[in-house]
Amino acid sequence: MAEDTYLLEMRNISKSFPGVKALDNVSFRLRKGTVHALMGENGAGKSTLMKILFGIYTEDEGEIYIEGQKTKFPDPKTALENGVSMVHQELNQVLQRDVMDNILLGRYPQKGFFVDQKSMYEFTKKIFDDLAINIDPRAKLKNLSVSERQMVEIAKAVSYNAKILVLDEPTSSLTQQEIEHLFRIINLLRDRGCGIIYISHKMEEILRISDEVTVMRDGKWIATEYAKNLTTDMIIKLMVGRDLTNRFPPKTNKPSEVMLEVKDLTGRYRPSIENVSFDLRKGEILGVAGLVGSRRTELLETIFGIASYSEGEIYLNGKLIENKDPSTAIENGFALLTEERRATGIFSMLSVRFNTIIANIDSYSKYGVLNGKRMKEDTDWVIKSLNVKTPSQNTLIKSLSGGNQQKVIIGRWLLTDPEILLLDEPTRGIDVGAKYEIYQLIIDLANRGKAVIFVSSEMPELLGICDRILVMSNGKLAGIVEARKTTQEEIMTLAAKYL
Amino acid sequence: MENIKNKKKNVMDGLLNYALYIILGIMILVVIIIDPSFISIKNFTNILSQAATRAILGMGVAGLIVLQGTDLSAGRILGLSGIVAASLLQDVAYASRMYPNLGQLPLVIPLLVSILIGVAISAINGFGVAKLKLHAFIVTLGTQLLAYGLALIYIDRPPLGAQPIAGLDERYTNFVKGAIKIGFGDNKIEIPYLILYAAIIAVVMWFIWNKTKLGKNMFAIGGNPEAAAVSGVNIVKNIMMIYIIAGVLYGIAGFLEVARIGSATSITGQNYELDAIAACVVGGVSFSGGVGTIPGVLIGAVLLQFINYGLNFIGVNPYLQIIIKGLIIIIAVSIDVRKYIEKK
Repeated sequence: MAEDTYLLEMRNISKSFPGVKALDNVSFRLRKGTVHALMGENGAGKSTLMKILFGIYTEDEGEIYIEGQKTKFPDPKTALENGVSMVHQELNQVLQRDVMDNILLGRYPQKGFFVDQKSMYEFTKKIFDDLAINIDPRAKLKNLSVSERQMVEIAKAVSYNAKILVLDEPTSSLTQQEIEHLFRIINLLRDRGCGIIYISHKMEEILRISDEVTVMRDGKWIATEYAKNLTTDMIIKLMVGRDLTNRFPPKTNKPSEVMLEVKDLTGRYRPSIENVSFDLRKGEILGVAGLVGSRRTELLETIFGIASYSEGEIYLNGKLIENKDPSTAIENGFALLTEERRATGIFSMLSVRFNTIIANIDSYSKYGVLNGKRMKEDTDWVIKSLNVKTPSQNTLIKSLSGGNQQKVIIGRWLLTDPEILLLDEPTRGIDVGAKYEIYQLIIDLANRGKAVIFVSSEMPELLGICDRILVMSNGKLAGIVEARKTTQEEIMTLAAKYL
Repeated sequence: MENIKNKKKNVMDGLLNYALYIILGIMILVVIIIDPSFISIKNFTNILSQAATRAILGMGVAGLIVLQGTDLSAGRILGLSGIVAASLLQDVAYASRMYPNLGQLPLVIPLLVSILIGVAISAINGFGVAKLKLHAFIVTLGTQLLAYGLALIYIDRPPLGAQPIAGLDERYTNFVKGAIKIGFGDNKIEIPYLILYAAIIAVVMWFIWNKTKLGKNMFAIGGNPEAAAVSGVNIVKNIMMIYIIAGVLYGIAGFLEVARIGSATSITGQNYELDAIAACVVGGVSFSGGVGTIPGVLIGAVLLQFINYGLNFIGVNPYLQIIIKGLIIIIAVSIDVRKYIEKK
């Protein structure tokens, strides 16, 4: 294929956000009729690059060419009109409205002054029939499952008849069957001459579906290779930038006696967890795996008293307890690191010190007045012992990197002296180096006799630092496996058990 | 066993979802029991014509609430546009006219002026929300004062101070307060034109909300602005349009309300926005955005007016009535919130 027939060329793209260089001189080229995988760890800059292509962000430097034409989309609308469509990682949907309203959002067909409902229905039905998707175009989106919603989003992107289709982690909540379905759709589009940019963390998928692979790391372009020349290990090595052997710290923790027993826990409000039972040992790191929508977060929230349960029992050191709200849970020695760091973890407009001491505020208070000196000392301890990189205690936490923010929040919980730590995706959106430090921290905590429940979507890290892995599937417990003996395939099979 | 429990829960949930309507229904029933003469066509048409301008105002505000906003300026905009319309339509024979040399204008000119005023101020609100990214509460808090100040300056007559505008042209009052007569003899029913105007506007608004691109975009932006943006919806333009339509409705409502009352003063329209917002809330327009219906707003406006009128009819202390209205709003919102919060 001639070098000048690139469908899309992004040249020397750079982009900075306050405090972070998200993209540093990245180039990317997509050929017509191929699938080009874009790989890299969370925070490597893949989504940022695609958002620049799609007109959501504006690049600081660099140029974009589509079919040799210099292009710059001021907004997503122009991108869509010029044959670029995108399935976003976070499903951007209007849940209150129906399927066809969402599919045709931004381009409703009109008949005179009115929207043509009939042709909306027909258009949606035809796309769904073409792609063999079996969903009622008139169903309200909020009544669909997460995977159905994802298929709707994919159908929507396809329906623009785009030359360039970006799929940002399209399979994160799909079952194996639905993934096969998606691959058939992708192959169809490739045969039609579409260029497809495919972002995913799943190596096997990438190697199966893609023609070329580009790897990014820390906002930089690392390599572009034909997929047929690559192996999983090679990709990981490129992504991580060092050998797999030292991706995780050595496991030194030794689980001892049972500390927490959870029996038949069932959430009060469906959909939630159903009949989940497990135990957790002192000094143990218990991983929790599952697809998006498998209710891993709900499991933690139910244990922590954010969500209520209608059936089941929780025993702490053999004693029946009830965490009826988070403050009872904290008194009982639990700590929860939430999944959405920005939404429910940090107080972004407040200082590092405030963010550090807020969960432990009662202990600094005497007659309702706070002891400033002790708060300062404790913040100092967190900064030193967790190696938080911050100019001062008074710095606003939002100006710290994701990894350092996460350390502050872990430090916040350590100050409450918890026995059981519930960690929900603690390494999401954190760069590789900081991840290693977080892993080390978790193992150190287990070494000190704490029990840890560690929810993650990244299978390698569960396999790397957990003792056992609990797999959730559609709200039910699909199985508990030994981390040393299991494989990614076994976990994936379990994760799809109740779908 | 499980099934029975679930069924019981569903019934309870259902009752709770309709609790407000049940309470309002009981209140109306109590009024009827205390004084059965409450049931009469005359009372009914009275209630509807009193609810009419509130309903028109409410339909304007409702769109802004669907967009996750609100409007504190609606009442004052209604006041300002009504005052200006009244000043242009004083009877030529009336002694203290504001414009003594003004001839008889065709009704449509003051109506258009009213609408223009409504659109102008509401467009400022829209610009603030869509372009300057201010919260609707703040912009409309400002423009509410703006409209009030303009109204005061407009009717200020030094050294007498702000003067009421009275002595309205009969054509004008008839246009609003006149009625269509249906039936013969004793069974004659009079339907005031005002009710018909509100009904026509309701039909037009229903079409805009449900059958046009603008309406669908409004629900999408209110439900998930991010999704609307990445789907290529022009957020600024659509929000502006919804505010402009609200302005049109405020202008029309101002024009109609002044004729209904018979005069305009600086307090015309005062607190009407609260009635309009209350009608939306009672009618199920959610403050979290993306949810609401035109029939809901109409039901809300009429129900509230029903209670108002009914309590007056049986002679409930007017101060107590204010308290009852306040409680209804709180109950309405708590039920609305219950429907949309994720239960955990």
